[in-house]
Amino acid sequence: MPYDSIVLVKQVPDTANITAEAMKEDGTVNRAALPTIFNPEDLNALETALEVRDAYGGTVTAVTMGPPKAADVLRACLFRGADRGILLTDRRAAASDTLATSYILSQAVKTVGRFDIVFCGRQAIDGDTAQVGPQCAEKLGIPQITYLEQLVSLDGPMVRIRRNIGHGWEVVEGRLPVLVTVIGSANKPRPPAARRVMRFKRAKVMAELAAEAKADKPGAPDDEVQAEAQRRAAAVKEKGLLIEQWNLDDIGADLERCGLAGSPTKVFRVQSIVLTKEGYTEVVATEDGVRQMIHELVIDRTLG
Amino acid sequence: MIDPNRQGEVWVFAEQEDGSLHDVVLELCGKARELADTLGVKAAAVLPGNQVRPLAKRLIAQGVDNVYLVDNPKLSHFQTLPYARVMTTLIQRHKPQIVLYGATAMGRDLAPRVASEMRAGMTADCTDLEISDVTDPKTKTLHKNLLLQIRPAFGGNIIATIVNYDWWPQMATVREGVMPLKPADESRRGNVVEEKVELDETLLALKLIQRHIEPRKVNLKGARVIVAGGGGVGSKDNFRLIYDLAAAIGGAVGASRAAVDGGYIGKEHQIGQTGTTVRPALYIAAGISGAVQHRAGMEESAKIIAINTDRDAPIFSVAHYGIVGDLKKVIPMMIKAVKERR
Repeated sequence: MPYDSIVLVKQVPDTANITAEAMKEDGTVNRAALPTIFNPEDLNALETALEVRDAYGGTVTAVTMGPPKAADVLRACLFRGADRGILLTDRRAAASDTLATSYILSQAVKTVGRFDIVFCGRQAIDGDTAQVGPQCAEKLGIPQITYLEQLVSLDGPMVRIRRNIGHGWEVVEGRLPVLVTVIGSANKPRPPAARRVMRFKRAKVMAELAAEAKADKPGAPDDEVQAEAQRRAAAVKEKGLLIEQWNLDDIGADLERCGLAGSPTKVFRVQSIVLTKEGYTEVVATEDGVRQMIHELVIDRTLG
Repeated sequence: MIDPNRQGEVWVFAEQEDGSLHDVVLELCGKARELADTLGVKAAAVLPGNQVRPLAKRLIAQGVDNVYLVDNPKLSHFQTLPYARVMTTLIQRHKPQIVLYGATAMGRDLAPRVASEMRAGMTADCTDLEISDVTDPKTKTLHKNLLLQIRPAFGGNIIATIVNYDWWPQMATVREGVMPLKPADESRRGNVVEEKVELDETLLALKLIQRHIEPRKVNLKGARVIVAGGGGVGSKDNFRLIYDLAAAIGGAVGASRAAVDGGYIGKEHQIGQTGTTVRPALYIAAGISGAVQHRAGMEESAKIIAINTDRDAPIFSVAHYGIVGDLKKVIPMMIKAVKERR
């Protein structure tokens, strides 16, 4: 039987390659200066969903939340074989913590409607919290199966999944619908398919078309830019290349539960870790020297 | 969410599997004790499972005053929904101000589900927890005795301090080995409180089909601190020093290929191109010259301390702190300094 999957994906800063240039003077990270990538484990989640569709039929819908630029990851999903992409973008969603984010994503999933399995990567490399998956499952009122390393079988409404539990593994069986988080060792994500890249590289969301229209008509009045954007959107849609763009109203979100207002956790302070390394501090091999070094490591929180 | 309850206890989720407590739970009991003492409240552990009453004694010896025992055959194997129901029911019943979980496979599965159901905050993988008064920079309101949840973010490039102002309970996960393990005090007294929690069949959504547990291996990947020894350690006996420092600091033991080839330690501890690649918060290389194959496996560590008698050893080229000296003298000094810290 065919299965409909929804994959939750995220565009993240490439934290493995942060350089000193990406740090602002106040010690915070300048996100705009960072290259962005497709969150690695979300690619494994997409691959699992595509394998299910290839084997059983059905559909794969990719959903992401982020600024208009996050449409990049939706195009990347389309290149690899996703049937549909949806960008959830809204300024009122900014500063959402994991609880608010999972609320918004779960509303988006509900708006998509029918699904058998929601797949997400275990965690995103910018926060490494691994919380959004389980929290979405709770908000959807369905069981979660975390840390998939192998989808063992799908048989009618029943799924068997092998979970990596760190010091071993277990196979669990559950009834669909479920939400599954996928780990990096689950599979090797397929590369983009050349023919699909040719076809979908011009796929755009409305916000991108609006920004382009504005750039092409410098100084033009707003309504003129608006009309141009609409005209372009109609043309792109005609070719089946308009990626859906939703805001919080489209998904019926309660604004009290979104953004800063919906986030119980607040960032109180941020300190940067000095990234540049110029030589080393020579520690004299005496008790005082060693004690001073340990003290510094406690101060900079290397040691608890 | 629950309203701030200044008399609320500090809780630890007592993760156990097949009747044995996870080490991180024992560490967290010590931390909960410390936080509870600062706040002037009690520390407690929530112990769900099947026939797990004997574990309560150990939790009390590690520092908690109360153990909420939920003994039920339906809890014999961990699965998210019934365990989450236990936590949310007890949190609503007793209104703790802080709930800590180990950042284990189980804790990271359970805690966010509980947080979502409670509509509460959750901070993952804290490396430190403190109590402090905090003034909200937006409203200028002073909040007394909040839990500072301190964690690395952005791939370890920044340290963020997270707080929940009036939106409680304050919940966090902590990785194993981050909090020091306090010695057990068998003379401590505490209460075991039996709790009834309704667990209907619909919560048992998953069926366990098969399970494979591997013997506990060296966990170099997850370690926040690694103390590694090389050929310069000189003998298997001397390698004891490496273990001692690792124990004092709460870290894992690593080795260079020279130490493995010399028979000082097993291959599963080897770090480098042919062993494990690691990037802990702190890497201490003792008696390791730092061949490129070794450096490739550890140079991404956030902080590196190199101890070597040879001033020209290549390990110093990747070090943040360099100590030119005999590790047999330097390591005991480090153990002493670590024990005396704070």
